[in-house]
Amino acid sequence: MNDEAGLATVLLAMFAGAIRVSTPFLFVSLGETLTEKSGRINLGLEGTLVFGAMSGYAISYHTGSPWFGVLVAGLGGTVFGAIHGYLCKLPRVNDIAIGIALMLFGTGIAFFFGKAYIQPQAPRLPSISFGFWAENPSVRQALEINPLFLIGLFLAIFLWWGLKNTRWGLVVRTTGDSAPAALALGIDVDRVRLLSTMAGGFFAGVGGSFLSLYYPGSWTEGLSSGQGLMAVALVIFARWNPLYCFAAALLFGAAGALGPALQSIGISRGYHFFNAAPYIMTLLIMIASVSPKRSLKGAPGELSITK
Amino acid sequence: MSKFDLSRRSLLQSSAAGLAVLSTTGLSRLAHAGNLTVGIVYVGPRDDFGWNQAHAVAAASLKDVPGVTVVEEESVPETIAVQKSMESMINLDGAGLIFATSFGYYKPFVLDLAAKYPDVEFRHAAPLWTEADPKNAGSYFGYLDQAHYVDGVAAGLSTKSNKLGFVAAKPIGTVLRNINSFLIGARKVNPDATVQVIFTGEWSMPVREAEAANALVDAGCDVLTCHVDGPKVVIETAENRGIKCCGHNASQAPLAPKGFITGAEYKWATIYKMFANDVAEGQALPNFTGGGFDVDFVQNTPYGAGASEAAIAAADAARADVKAGKPIFTGPINKQDGSVLLSAGQSLDNYEPSLDQTDYLIEGVTGSIT
Repeated sequence: MNDEAGLATVLLAMFAGAIRVSTPFLFVSLGETLTEKSGRINLGLEGTLVFGAMSGYAISYHTGSPWFGVLVAGLGGTVFGAIHGYLCKLPRVNDIAIGIALMLFGTGIAFFFGKAYIQPQAPRLPSISFGFWAENPSVRQALEINPLFLIGLFLAIFLWWGLKNTRWGLVVRTTGDSAPAALALGIDVDRVRLLSTMAGGFFAGVGGSFLSLYYPGSWTEGLSSGQGLMAVALVIFARWNPLYCFAAALLFGAAGALGPALQSIGISRGYHFFNAAPYIMTLLIMIASVSPKRSLKGAPGELSITK
Repeated sequence: MSKFDLSRRSLLQSSAAGLAVLSTTGLSRLAHAGNLTVGIVYVGPRDDFGWNQAHAVAAASLKDVPGVTVVEEESVPETIAVQKSMESMINLDGAGLIFATSFGYYKPFVLDLAAKYPDVEFRHAAPLWTEADPKNAGSYFGYLDQAHYVDGVAAGLSTKSNKLGFVAAKPIGTVLRNINSFLIGARKVNPDATVQVIFTGEWSMPVREAEAANALVDAGCDVLTCHVDGPKVVIETAENRGIKCCGHNASQAPLAPKGFITGAEYKWATIYKMFANDVAEGQALPNFTGGGFDVDFVQNTPYGAGASEAAIAAADAARADVKAGKPIFTGPINKQDGSVLLSAGQSLDNYEPSLDQTDYLIEGVTGSIT
């Protein structure tokens, strides 16, 4: 294979990978953005993601409807969000500690109930073919796009617009930036945070169902391998901006596809290094963008890590 | 059941692979034949369509043996946790024979417990036992590369692009040997065949396995196989992309109703039943047991819809050859770097010890182990 064709293959694979792999990152990071904008950190989204993957798969298997599975995964996530939101309003409770507890709880309970669903094959989500015009089967395959990806894109735009321009957006941001100010305005801080965490949990659950119902498309215990945690970190990287979350999720997806794609064209030396690309990239961007002289731009003032 | 009948037949049986070393101790608890409790520890879920499932299927067949009780524990990490699991099997369930089925269980956990409980027999599913280790411990394993060789023969006749894809976990000896054998099989029937390998770096990493499978298909491969703990994702991806596939570890035939050719499977049931029978007859268990088709330790998955008549015939013939002891590694074979592994006329026996330490890929395999 000549160099040009090889480069084209890698670029195409990264493009396809970005679209295939990014959706769970996108949903979890959007959910976490909303939660953090209201002033709380929910580290439990990894658990929510895994539970969403399991419950979505199980429901799809039993009802035959993958979309119903997606919905139930989201509702399961909402319940986890509600537990987090409720516990954190109790006095002297640390939201990070609760998040870690919920992460372990979510994964544990998903493994417990998920035992019976490792073997069966559930109906999977359909994809929309945007590649009908292409001659090249690889291009056509790359343009098999799942509706959830598109929903995620619209959700990112909607959240970006909504947080800026709507009344509820203002309420969430006020709560996140200064609880006393919100109280003075007559806003019920705990309720706003509870609802934001519940909504965040819903998105994370939906992200999990994408893993088990579309790509890679089956329920196994190693399915998430830390994607929920990476997505939470991605929020900081995206500066709490939903549009940046979308870009960052794509970037992570593409970076994840880099290792296998390079090996497929015969550049296989140092594949461990290329497989680590998403993590190395995060570190580099963090290092490049951090300044000791100011706090992170866009960070909600009430977050326990920035306070 | 005759406790004291140290028959020559079972001695021969247990040394069938020509590798068995018999232990001379450790009979006391085992001698109570008819009431044997066998404890089995798995590193992952029992039904992972892979390594653990292969063991679990064998464990299930052991339950049919009269007088044998099986206790199992799954998803036990390769940490002190496995020691606790095994110890509770011994103390609470009265297990007299323990199968530790994951590589990392052996050192130090199996060794420590074997020293602590000299009456209990421990067997571990990787060729790690040496003379210096406790006599009530031991190793058993199957030479899966023989089955991958047969897969390769079927795959070589199934490909149109002459490019076969291999999703591999880590570049260790057994994995490299499987890849090499797969290519040798394919080249036997199709001299133009090449194997492209992608290493994921982890035993279980579903998203990266799916990416690797997709990358191989995009690179033109039209038959995929793999060596990862749970091949479910690779097989399903191959089926979705409309290409053919060969399985690994356990049967993945139901996952690919259109494209499944055949697969390389362990047949642990043979070993487990052999051990259970040895115990029932009051025999000492061998410390070291290994083999391939010749002793029925490995098998191929029944052919799926992806296997053509020609592929089936060639694969059946290849299996019969291996079973009869015909070597897989016959020259000329070069290593990837061009150096000669075997020149024309030379060959390596299928149980040649140097193959256990395979640290190279052969010419015709694309991919690097560093």
